[in-house]
Amino acid sequence: MNRHTFAVSSLVAIVLCGFLAAVRAAPVAGAPSELKIGVVAFLSGPASGPFGIPSRNAAELWIDKINKEGGIGGVKLVPVFTDEAGPADKVVTEFRRLVLDEKVSAVMGYISSANCLAVPPVADELKVLTILSDCGTDRVFEEGKHPYVFRTNAHTVIDGVGAARYVLAMNPNVKTIAGVNQDYAWGRDSWEVFQRSIRKLKPNVKVVDALWPKLFAGEYSAEISKLLVEKPDVVFTSFWGGDLVTFAGQAKARGLLESSMVVVNNTGSDIKDLAPGMLIGSRGPHGIVSPEMEKNALRKQFIELYRQKYGLAPNNYIAHGAYHYIQALQGLRAAYEKAIKTAGRWPTGEQVAAAFEHVEFDSPSGHIAMAIGGGHQAIEPAGYAVIKFDPALGVNTFSQIRVFSARCVNPPDGMKSLDWIDRGFPGAQCP
Amino acid sequence: MRLLTVIALDGLTYASWLFLVSAGLTFTYGVLRVLNLAHGNLYALGAYLGATLVLRYAAGGSTVALGYGLLFLAAVVIGVVAGPLIERLFLRRVYARDEEVQLLLTFSISLILEDVVKLTWGVSPIFAETPYSFLGRVRLGGVNYAWYPFLLTAVALAVGGLLWLVVTRTRLGKVLQSVITDREVSLTLGIDVPRVYTWAFTAGAILAALGGAYTAPMFSLVPGVGADVLVTSFAVIAIGGLGSIGGAALGALVVGLARSAAVYLFPELDLFAIYLMMALVLLFRPQGLFGEVEVRRI
Amino acid sequence: MPPRIRAALAFFGLLAVLLALPFLLSGWVLFLLTVAGAKALAVLGVVLLLRGKLLTFGHALYYAAGAYAAGMAVKYWDVHEMLVLLALGLLAGAMLSALLGLLIARYRAVYFALLNLAFSMVLYGILLKFYAVTGGTDGIGIAEPTLAGWRPGAASLRIVLYESTLVLVALLVYLAHRFSVSPAGYVLRAIRDNEVRVEYVGTSVWRIVYLTYVIAGALAGIAGALIGLSVGHITPDLAFWSQSGEFVFVAILGGTGSVLAPVVGSILFEFIRNYAFELSPYTWQMTLGIVLLVIIFFLPGGVWSLAQTAARRGAR
Repeated sequence: MNRHTFAVSSLVAIVLCGFLAAVRAAPVAGAPSELKIGVVAFLSGPASGPFGIPSRNAAELWIDKINKEGGIGGVKLVPVFTDEAGPADKVVTEFRRLVLDEKVSAVMGYISSANCLAVPPVADELKVLTILSDCGTDRVFEEGKHPYVFRTNAHTVIDGVGAARYVLAMNPNVKTIAGVNQDYAWGRDSWEVFQRSIRKLKPNVKVVDALWPKLFAGEYSAEISKLLVEKPDVVFTSFWGGDLVTFAGQAKARGLLESSMVVVNNTGSDIKDLAPGMLIGSRGPHGIVSPEMEKNALRKQFIELYRQKYGLAPNNYIAHGAYHYIQALQGLRAAYEKAIKTAGRWPTGEQVAAAFEHVEFDSPSGHIAMAIGGGHQAIEPAGYAVIKFDPALGVNTFSQIRVFSARCVNPPDGMKSLDWIDRGFPGAQCP
Repeated sequence: MRLLTVIALDGLTYASWLFLVSAGLTFTYGVLRVLNLAHGNLYALGAYLGATLVLRYAAGGSTVALGYGLLFLAAVVIGVVAGPLIERLFLRRVYARDEEVQLLLTFSISLILEDVVKLTWGVSPIFAETPYSFLGRVRLGGVNYAWYPFLLTAVALAVGGLLWLVVTRTRLGKVLQSVITDREVSLTLGIDVPRVYTWAFTAGAILAALGGAYTAPMFSLVPGVGADVLVTSFAVIAIGGLGSIGGAALGALVVGLARSAAVYLFPELDLFAIYLMMALVLLFRPQGLFGEVEVRRI
Repeated sequence: MPPRIRAALAFFGLLAVLLALPFLLSGWVLFLLTVAGAKALAVLGVVLLLRGKLLTFGHALYYAAGAYAAGMAVKYWDVHEMLVLLALGLLAGAMLSALLGLLIARYRAVYFALLNLAFSMVLYGILLKFYAVTGGTDGIGIAEPTLAGWRPGAASLRIVLYESTLVLVALLVYLAHRFSVSPAGYVLRAIRDNEVRVEYVGTSVWRIVYLTYVIAGALAGIAGALIGLSVGHITPDLAFWSQSGEFVFVAILGGTGSVLAPVVGSILFEFIRNYAFELSPYTWQMTLGIVLLVIIFFLPGGVWSLAQTAARRGAR
């Protein structure tokens, strides 16, 4: 080409580069200097080990990752960690402090169902985006509308329905079931969902017993004795944390696992402490990895990051709370990005909330859609497996993994979970 | 018949656990007239240390038998370290003050120890179950039982027996009884009452830690394990009579059997069983089953 | 100016300042003060009992009873009127303490403390267990209250709750003061010093103890209803022994020397707790424990005694 063409093309190239650089470097118009978010989890008390600390750790490392990738809309995230422990008045006070004193733009977290019911009205009052990240109660969106509140993990219906389907898949001739659950809302809800589901799927199943030890009882010899006498085909429990580990140890020592099939609806404790032969669900497909999940790029990244920062056992097991908190962050990012695109500038809280409805995003556990609860509640598939000891790795791992799709174990939008079960799961898409 | 056997066996093992856990609390109250609210934390310290020692040195193979001794060692270490520390540094300074102040002192110690445990051992559950699973199982009344809870029963009986022997048959026991009955007169008799107090508190601390250490193999230890134990111990010794070892044993038996029966016959009552029993007993016999009526000094 | 008029002026002056606070303070501090004020009423009950040498480790019983009386009214009869809910709380606390007091007022010292504890844990168990009726651990939401028919919007609701708490606290503290300087109040103090002599003098000890117990129960009941309105959500934890423990802690922190001490102690406690929490979420219990130790050894009369010494020095 001649000199003239060269000069013009160089000029154009330079201008183009400058333009691109400017576009990349410039944050969104109206953007704040940082995006502060409150991250709430159990940092003390019995729920801290199995749920709170892994969740907090995962949130911290994922926020680092997001920031390394440029943040959200060019703005860096700044987390404010706080402990969820304490009675409702303290939790609500903390929430207000985060919003009014620390001036966070969003709050995420909450593992306890009671807190997930106490916080939404306050979120609506203060008009702050709140992402419930791990709690199970189905009541949040089934009993009220909360424009600023979202939950990026599925509620506990997937655990009970998944358990019922898995149990029947493993033992189609189940005749008798018994439940041993902690006597509080989680235990009651879990049992209710499971026993209704399994009796709907196989109507001649009989409930021979329902035991209700108190939360943190720590001593289950009477319950185990009774179950050994009654010998139900299936024993269902929603124990978690220390209670689950204790129960597993005592059950194994006394041979309960030999006389009944024991199924737990959540991995609320490290699987290394559980007994091989137990059926277990992980509140979604987290940790219980199907072949297709193995290929998930985000999951591989997460496992690597977690291993580097906190260390991992050879089975790569990470508590489901950790995955859930990452889902919350992914949801937050997706909502902000959608809102930025729509508004063309940094969005208001209202705009982000509107963008969050029905948003979909990728996570280390697959593609998540905010599909029910009017677009405020996510649906997840339910993963179940049997614990087996892997002599090569020297730790417990999973075998006989089944993942039930989200559309199979979640009710359709607008229908209450228990109604959905009682009506025979209309609209469920199970292969 | 089989149901009765099962209820009785489970009641017995639960009662043994309750007695081991409450003996220290009632003993401390009996001698010092102080309800040690840090009792649950001493229990937790014994449990955590015992579990840690077992996991380090007796985790498997030939060393398992060592575990039982290590648990005992852990309890003694905790008791001997924490006991004099708390009594001499803190409790001693408030003997002259109101009972309420003493309660508050032990309450504040308990708050501090709660976080000490958390900072030292972290928040992940710790389960040192080899001593438990090593003993295997036995078939009684048609049902598999683990042997370990019966070991607990043996330990509980040993502890109870030892305490009874010491208090009624030894000179130390007579000294203790003298101090319990009248502190001032004991002082005039030449008994080194402050020293007795320190020893008694230490003994109570060892007992609390012993309860923790020997029950650690049965369940997973998490933060907060001490708090629950404290309230349970209260209920047991209130039923039995504050300060009475025999009362604690009887109270433990009553609660153990009540809970066991509840699980079999009225599972819904499980939650209340202990508090209901406590309220009932206190209403009809306010000083507890074996408690002594306090004589009011004019 | 006669001292009585001076005291009254000071009181109303202070009241005016406190009433104006919502317009000067941040929403977060306002909320903290509202919660502290509500709890101060329950602590006031504990303090009144302490003045008769009666330490209770179960006062949360009446606190929860009041909160749930209000909560059930919201849940089952859709009542949203604040005045009704507060009255229900007061009644629930008073009636329950009147009933249980018939038995409990006979006991003293450790047994008094433990019996209260037992009953509070029984209530805890009931609230927890009867899931279908009480909502169990999920609790009950108390939303959108109205004041004498008027429904305040979200922004003014906080101010309304703060002012209502302030008025209620001022009123009840004043009434508690009247009780303390009444003959019954003096007998209570005498009971603390030597119960047997009071009997010998011919006064019924049991009657005064019972009366104090019912008053304390009523105070805790209305405190519970107030907390339910302020926080918006109640759970069985309100009856748990650690809540009772907290009331006792605050009673000692503030001191028993005056009816105003619980208010001071409660506000102080809320601030200490929240900042201890913020500074070190992993060691806030230890911080509380150390604070309590410091008070026990160096400030036995509680924080109020500091104010008293300062006032005395000022008077000299």
